[in-house]
Amino acid sequence: MGQVKLMKGNEAFAEAVIRAGCDAYFGYPITPQSEVLEYLAAQEPHKRTGMVLLQAESEVAAINMVYGAAGTGKRALTSSSSPGISLKQEGISYMVGAELPCLILNVMRGGPGLGTIGPSQADYFQATKGGGHGDYKVIVLAPSSVQEMADFAGLGFELAFKYRNPVLILSDGAIGQMMEKVELSEQQPRTTSFDQSWVTTGKSPDRERNIITSLNLDPSKMELHNRKLQAKFAGMQENEVRYERIDCDDAEYLIVAYGSCARICQKTVKLARQKGIKVGLLRPITLFPYPTKIIQEMTGKIKGILTVELSAGQMVEDVRLAADGKVKVAFYGRMGGTTPAPNEVLGVLEQQFLNS
Amino acid sequence: MENQSVSTDEIVREENLVYKKTSLMTSKALSYCPGCGHGVVHRIIAEVIDEMGIQADTIGVAPVGCSVLAYEFLDIDMQQAAHGRAPAVATGIKRCWPDKFVFTYQGDGDLAAIGTAETIHACNRGENITIIFINNGIYGMTGGQMAPTTLPGMRSSTTPYGRDIALMGNPLKITEVVATLPGTYFVARHSVHTPLNARKTKKAMRMAFENQKLKKGLSFIEIVSNCNSGWKMTPTQANKWMEDNMFPYYPMGDIKVNGEMVKKKEEPKA
Ligand SMILES: Cc1ncc(C[n+]2csc(CCOP(=O)(O)OP(=O)(O)O)c2C)c(N)n1
Ligand code: SF4
Ligand SMILES: [Mg+2]
Repeated sequence: MGQVKLMKGNEAFAEAVIRAGCDAYFGYPITPQSEVLEYLAAQEPHKRTGMVLLQAESEVAAINMVYGAAGTGKRALTSSSSPGISLKQEGISYMVGAELPCLILNVMRGGPGLGTIGPSQADYFQATKGGGHGDYKVIVLAPSSVQEMADFAGLGFELAFKYRNPVLILSDGAIGQMMEKVELSEQQPRTTSFDQSWVTTGKSPDRERNIITSLNLDPSKMELHNRKLQAKFAGMQENEVRYERIDCDDAEYLIVAYGSCARICQKTVKLARQKGIKVGLLRPITLFPYPTKIIQEMTGKIKGILTVELSAGQMVEDVRLAADGKVKVAFYGRMGGTTPAPNEVLGVLEQQFLNS
Repeated sequence: MENQSVSTDEIVREENLVYKKTSLMTSKALSYCPGCGHGVVHRIIAEVIDEMGIQADTIGVAPVGCSVLAYEFLDIDMQQAAHGRAPAVATGIKRCWPDKFVFTYQGDGDLAAIGTAETIHACNRGENITIIFINNGIYGMTGGQMAPTTLPGMRSSTTPYGRDIALMGNPLKITEVVATLPGTYFVARHSVHTPLNARKTKKAMRMAFENQKLKKGLSFIEIVSNCNSGWKMTPTQANKWMEDNMFPYYPMGDIKVNGEMVKKKEEPKA
């Protein structure tokens, strides 16, 4: 068993990043994720593992520093919150285009605009449908506990290098700020075992020069490159779907929720079962690739689905696509940094499915 | 097919050559307009890397601009960067590989408009890299729009009646700005339109890369260059216009050497 500590989500993530053997972090402060940079600064990771840490002049600069480091084969990451993640979108699009691996953490806050510093899940569309320009996807991991904030650091890098594609951890202000018990893994070495044949570290006589670029002015070649990327995204959909099912075996009604919202709804399930209502919870862990198949499988066995989000209704579109009209999909959301109470969700569920 | 004809190899004999392709330039034909300064600067970079024997330790970063395809012409590892972000990309590389040689190759729109923040902050942090800044007073790649460096009254496709400084502000002398920052160690302005000027540029380029070796901080070389296509001139006219109009505004010579500001600037050579 690894070391057990009581930590904030943001701090657990930062500690896990060092332990995962990450090579470089570049970031810019924004609430509610500044603890990542602050924790790393206090830890002096250059002394612990030789990891590079730099506070950039902006989120735009930070993601481009990540691009440069990733282009040399290093395990680089950045973290931010919603407005800052918006600024990184061009860089993320470039990284997908140039097939560069990296890890990005978004501790979501309420928008639009400067919005609020309270927790939100309103960046779901941005995270899962591309976000920046061009046809692309990134793997999106949605932690719902401090433990997962830590665990997804290592997993995120593993997936990023497996596919040579950015991986986004889509967290929120509640998960980032709350304190929980977390079991930390052992320190991993900063050595790399993956294929290094593409990295730009200087052209040695024994190989052709390497180029990191997303540019191809020949449309037919660019289409081929797009096809290659699409095949990669299809591979992610085939192999990387992750989800958790809670009390689903005998469920008549299903709640679909992720992140902090799933934690709230877990309580709703308990309250419902105390009242004799058979409710289960499906918690998507990957938001791209989305657990479409399991929802399709479950639609035959249940009477209704309630999707709960800290947004005006974004993930619910993917749930409806999966359910394909075969079962009623209701939605309940809170916005602007507010969160629903478990019994509030239960009230909605009863009203939508039982009182009619 | 015709056995009697003389082959190119026979004509171009080693002993007849006074000038040959630099070994670190690829065989790809340059995509630049005839007379453009970009190609000469590429050659200078290639020669310096070759002469220092640092190909295996050099990574170049070229952002968007006419020179975005620099990686097709320079036989070294390169990263293409988003518009304006090369100094950030170079920072990411250099921080992870402090013993490697890292340079950026940026246009004036790239370095002094969209990428001003990245430029200033990389210089201010004293990143141990080389910034090569091609100032042609215009956005060449996108068809000759106004750049931050476009001269007062100068025509471009977005200032068809000449740059009105009351409306658009004055040309930005960013090289003088970065020279004031403690992080820059060597700042100079040159041109490549004559062999003499090209030689001076090469000397400065060599110094910039040597500074990296010694981990002295950031070296910044501006090259005032022509854009005959964007300026709508023949190459000869463009060079003359550059001497008459650009050089008085952007004077040649060292601005900061060994971390110290140079008091008297070298006068432009007419
Ligand atoms: C974000 C973004 N905005 C605009 C462009 C379009 N663009 C490409 S190059 C360029 C200007 C290039 O001018 P400069 O940096 O002076 O280089 P030059 O071509 O003159 O050498 C612009 C505006 C872009 N590629 N990306
Ligand atoms: S457009 Fe201007 S800068 Fe670009 S290649 Fe032509 S002359 Fe050179
Ligand atoms: Mg230009």
